[in-house]
Amino acid sequence: MFIHHTPRFYFEKSEGIFIMNIYLQTLMRDIRSALRNLSSVMNPLLFFIISISLFPLAISPESATLSQIAAGIIWVASMLAVLLSLNTLFHDDFDNGVLEQMVISHHSLPLLILSKIVAHWLLTGVPIILLSPLLGTLLFLDSESVKVLMLTLLIATPSLSLIGAMGASLIVSIKNSGMLLSLLILPLYIPILIFASSAVSQAQAGLEIDAQLYFLSAILVMSLMVAPFISALSLKISLE
Amino acid sequence: MPSLTLNNISCQRGYNLLFSDVSLTLNSGDILRITGTNGSGKTSLLKILAGLNAQEQGTIHLDADEVKSEAYRRAVFYLGHLPALSSELTCIENLKFLTALNQSIMAEIALINALEKVGLSGYENEICAKLSAGQKRRVALASLVLSEAKVWLLDEPFTALDPQGVKMVESCIEAHCEQGGICLFTTHQDSTLKNQKVFSL
Repeated sequence: MFIHHTPRFYFEKSEGIFIMNIYLQTLMRDIRSALRNLSSVMNPLLFFIISISLFPLAISPESATLSQIAAGIIWVASMLAVLLSLNTLFHDDFDNGVLEQMVISHHSLPLLILSKIVAHWLLTGVPIILLSPLLGTLLFLDSESVKVLMLTLLIATPSLSLIGAMGASLIVSIKNSGMLLSLLILPLYIPILIFASSAVSQAQAGLEIDAQLYFLSAILVMSLMVAPFISALSLKISLE
Repeated sequence: MPSLTLNNISCQRGYNLLFSDVSLTLNSGDILRITGTNGSGKTSLLKILAGLNAQEQGTIHLDADEVKSEAYRRAVFYLGHLPALSSELTCIENLKFLTALNQSIMAEIALINALEKVGLSGYENEICAKLSAGQKRRVALASLVLSEAKVWLLDEPFTALDPQGVKMVESCIEAHCEQGGICLFTTHQDSTLKNQKVFSL
């Protein structure tokens, strides 16, 4: 016979137990799920590596040619890799009913979504940043330009995840919506692409890159302020 | 003692009016079984009560709290058609997240006890992808066992369960309502719950 259970809670820090709040739990949950389904993490990264490594074969193996277009190639590949990974950001949780529970929960939905976006960035943006020196060197970028490339990726890949989340939340209830997602998101990625690749080109020419970095930072701040709220609203509408 | 009041609730999906002027008052200890044909709006009514969908018109109050208020959200537990489990996570990981989302972070021993009570002892570290539909439903029901919410909204809670599982859910609902809670559920199956009221859409 079932006996109604009165739960006990973890509130005591004295036991030396680190208490994660719900937002940190959401982040850890997404990372754990993704690492157990490695293909979802590896597919965009493999696309990133393979597409960049094909350019020297298709265009020219000459260092002068490749170093000139390296920043553009790496940035376009990064954007497409992030785009490829966005499909899984909300779809699984929509299909299994977790999003419903998130929406009706008394916790802040924009913050829960922000946790998911941070997890997405850690799984997609951070590996891209870490791989970029290797791929930059493959395309004959000099060490100073590689540093600038990494800096632009560090500032702008979070924006890619944040802006991407807005698009992903809008189309979460539509099956096979990859093309629609690209149409929605790519125009919003264009300013990031222009400023980021321009920063690397300027650095290669020995010019100042402050303006580009300020613009990228401004885009990051704007998307950080807006994206979690728009995504929350879109998800609520999608679930109705 | 909680009192849930629905006043002239209407629901429309597209051009279809699913139901209109639904008024109900449920007091502490009430069990309400919502019946109706497919598409009559049973799930929509529960979703409106859970705050997932918006009603066309009418008001919903739990005591003095409105449906969108934080106090209302804290007091209501909704279990939908879907089990809300991630396939890649284990039963205990899923349960830990669900309970944290619905109320507070709980001690692992409480989660293990809840799994034991729904007949999933020994499945704590089993990946949910490997479970049957009935077992997944039981994991979701374990969060119900742990719930401290006053009002339970259960959409087809007996789906995929064997007779033993159905009995377990029924006794869980009875225990909750004996302690002063309110339960609304939809089902197409026969239910042997005592003192249940029936509302037909």
